[in-house]
Parts: sequence; structure tokens; C-alpha cells
Amino acid sequence: MKKLLILGGGTGGTIMANKMRHELEREEWEITVVDKEKTHFYQPGFLFLPFGHYKKQDVVKPKNNFIPNGVNFIVQLIDRIEPENNQVVLADGVVLRYDYLIIATGTRIVPEETPGLTGPLWKKSIFDFYTPEGAIALANFFKTWQGGELVLNIADMPIKCPVAPLEFVFFADAFFVERGLRNKVNISYVTPMSGAFTKPRAAKVLGALLEEKNIHIIPDFYLERIDTEGKKLVSYDEREVPFDVLITIPVHKGDEVIESSGLGDDMGFVKADKHTLQSVDYKNVFVIGDAGNFPTSKAGSVVHFQADILTENLLCAIESRPYTASYDGHSNCYIETGFGKGALIDFNYDTEPLPGLFPLPGIGPFGLLQETRMNHYGKLLFRWIYWHILLKGKEMPIDTKMTMAGKKL
Amino acid sequence: MSQKVFAGTTVDVNEEGYMTDSTQWTKEIAKEIATEENIDLTDKHLAVCEFLRDKQSKGENITIRSVGNSGIIDIKGFYQLFPGAPMKKAAKIAGIPKPASCV
Repeated sequence: MKKLLILGGGTGGTIMANKMRHELEREEWEITVVDKEKTHFYQPGFLFLPFGHYKKQDVVKPKNNFIPNGVNFIVQLIDRIEPENNQVVLADGVVLRYDYLIIATGTRIVPEETPGLTGPLWKKSIFDFYTPEGAIALANFFKTWQGGELVLNIADMPIKCPVAPLEFVFFADAFFVERGLRNKVNISYVTPMSGAFTKPRAAKVLGALLEEKNIHIIPDFYLERIDTEGKKLVSYDEREVPFDVLITIPVHKGDEVIESSGLGDDMGFVKADKHTLQSVDYKNVFVIGDAGNFPTSKAGSVVHFQADILTENLLCAIESRPYTASYDGHSNCYIETGFGKGALIDFNYDTEPLPGLFPLPGIGPFGLLQETRMNHYGKLLFRWIYWHILLKGKEMPIDTKMTMAGKKL
Repeated sequence: MSQKVFAGTTVDVNEEGYMTDSTQWTKEIAKEIATEENIDLTDKHLAVCEFLRDKQSKGENITIRSVGNSGIIDIKGFYQLFPGAPMKKAAKIAGIPKPASCV
């Protein structure tokens, strides 16, 4: 038997297990998925937890529900990857050999990277919403908070879902308006970027939305530490921002096993070809999603588009043919803007988000780079699509490659 | 696409003044771009520029944190060398594209 080993049973690993089980002969290929967690998290739902829109049970399901028949699923920590020996060693000493390896170990927040962040204020006045625990602790805090300085800070880039921090402050604005507290809550958006977003057209539109909602943006702020006594953010160039409650998007890194196995860059993201998705160091190792050092968003849509490319290229590799698929950096993100509206952006390595209609040119129903009710419904509907279509690797009516049709230059 | 003359050499730059062909870069050009940014270029500055150029040529992500991990300088020192917006200034002087820190 030949062996395909998939490290990580999140969005990328699960989709690939489904797609490859469909492609590879059962008599010839054994497929195994390893993950340290039994639970699958619907990560786009974490954003909705602090404001009580979702409860924890809305964002979790057993991983086993989504791993197809004919795929082994092992719940265990990975101790190390030994690519020279084509094998992976698990924490309990079990050795898994492979012919091909897919790394889908994702990214994680590392709040310990920033002095003071996980100190005495952690989960009292400082919260993250990138973990269910953090998001739920924040929901409890908001239940009784009477107002003050609310500061959202992005410690460094890259982060998972780069629009989530924007959505958070849009939601916070609507939340406090609805509770009649908005005049007592000052909202600041403190970012290491030069604006609301990296790409100019989207930065302009989203920056205008922040202004309209009276959210103060403090750009080019690169966090060094938290002054826990003074309750202040301090940047490397000695600027200070005081807070009563801090929502932190901590530094992100790849999985520890990537670093300890020597496969990553200095942030622990696997070095991989941004078009073929193959590891730059090992021919039989491929990468999908947040785990890679791809210069595009760390987001579920990216994983979804990459899965089609990776399936095709993995089959090429197995059959010793030249690669026929090339990933273009396509990313597609709904942006919740509060009060039942949302925006949508669609872009790739070369083309920044542009206004227009999506996915059908001239028809939509979704509006690109504009606030509409339909976009909000799209995001809500997406949770159902995620569990029932996306994870199972089924076809979606969106092209893997970005198209210019329907976009306005 | 426009062009600009630094140290007697014509180079291609984009609308924000970043060089678009990093092979045209020389230390003399770096010195003149630095002067435009009110920076007096030292060997330390150049070491950072060389580090960034090397990362860029390998297609690796360029971040402030990666400079801090480079062993050349810590992040605080990086801010002191290139005050205000260190990554943007350092990239401009190193003759590489403005880092798309992330999207």
C-alpha cells in the first residue's frame, strides 16, 4: 500500500482527505489524517461569539463527522516531521511513513511573544477572539461593561483572516449603539499597517467606513509591550495608547512542529512554492492554507481554492507528470459591517480588491467592495455551506481562479 | 512606470518611488535614496538592506519581526535606524518593492 499522510484535520486537511479519497484507488492508497484535537472549529464563527450572536455549540462539531470513510483519523500530538526519512513521529512514539505528505497544520496565536500581554490583565481587561475561550470570556465581559476606551490592536502581520479585526470593530460599534452605550465607548483601531487594509482601493473604502462609524484608526503602530500598570499599549517607537479593554490580535506563528522540524521560515510557516503549493525543500511534501508562507490571506477561501489546485498537482506528482495547476493567490472574504450589512472583497496575488458584482457579472447577487444586506446574508449562509459542502470537498459555484468579469477598474 | 536618476544612474521606479528592478541597485544609489529620506546611510543601514535584498531574492516574507530575528539588529534599533516607518524606508533604500506585509 502507498501512503498519503495529512497533518492537520482543520479546514484544509479535511477537504484534502475528502478530495483525495475520491481520487485515489482504495486498494492502492491508504490515507491518514493526524490532528491533536477531536473537535472541528468553525473559525469564521468566533467573531460572532463576543456579541452573543453565536453560542459555542454553533461553532463546534466532532472532526470525525467530516473525515470520510476509508480514511484513518488519529488524534495525537505530532512530535516531529522527518522529511529525509519520509516519516512523521507522533508524541506517543508511533512512526507514520508516507509516500506523500500534506501539511495543513494551520497557524496559532502566540500572545506570549509580546511582554505584558498575558500578564495580570489577561482575560480581565485583555481578550483575544481568535480562540473560543477568549471570545467567550469577552462575551461575558461585555455583558456588564459600562463603557470606556475600547482598543483593538493587531500586534503583527500576517494574521488569520485579515478582515476579522475590522469586522470586530464594526460589530462593536453596532453592539454598543443597540445597548445605548455608544456615547460612553470610544473605539480605536490600532494597526501596524498604514491604513485599514493593505490594498489601496479597499483601504480607502474600509477607512471611510471606520470614519463614518466614528472609529479612530491609529496606523503604523508596531506593538512592543503592554504597560500593565498604566494599562497602555507601547510601540517600538515609544508611542502609547491607553485602554480600558484591549482586544488583541496577537502575533501569529505556524505550528511548533514546523519550527522544530526545520521546515519553516522564522515565523514557523512552511516554505512552499506559491503557485504549485509544493514544499521548496522536499518534492513529496505539499502545503495548504495557513501553514504555508504564501503571500496571500490566511483564510478559509484561500484553502478552498488551493484545495482544487493541490488535488490536481498531487495527482500530477503521483503520476510523474508536470504540474498542470497553478494557484493565483485568489481570496474572497465577506466583511461584516454591522447593522445587518456586509461587504465582500475578491482578489489575488496581482489584482487588488475592486468594486463590482459577484459571482455573476452584472447580476451578483453580491456587491464587491460595497455595503449591502445581501452580503451579510451571504456570510450567515456560509456557515451552512461550510459544514455541508465545503469540508466535504464538493463543488461550489465559485471559480478557483479569480476572474475580472463583473469587476470595475 | 517612471524613471529617476540616482548617483548618475537612471533607474525604474513606481509612483511611490520604490525601485522596480532590484538588479539596478547599487550602494551609491542607496545612499542617495537615503538622503531623500533624511537618513545618513551607515554600514549598519547597509547590512539591513543586504539582509532584506537577500530575503526578497529568495521570495521569503519580509517583516519587521524577521529583521528583529536577523541577528543584525533588534526591532528597537531598526526603528532608530529608519525612524517612522522602518520597513517602508528600508525597502525603498534597499531597492526592493514595498513589502505587502500581508493581504
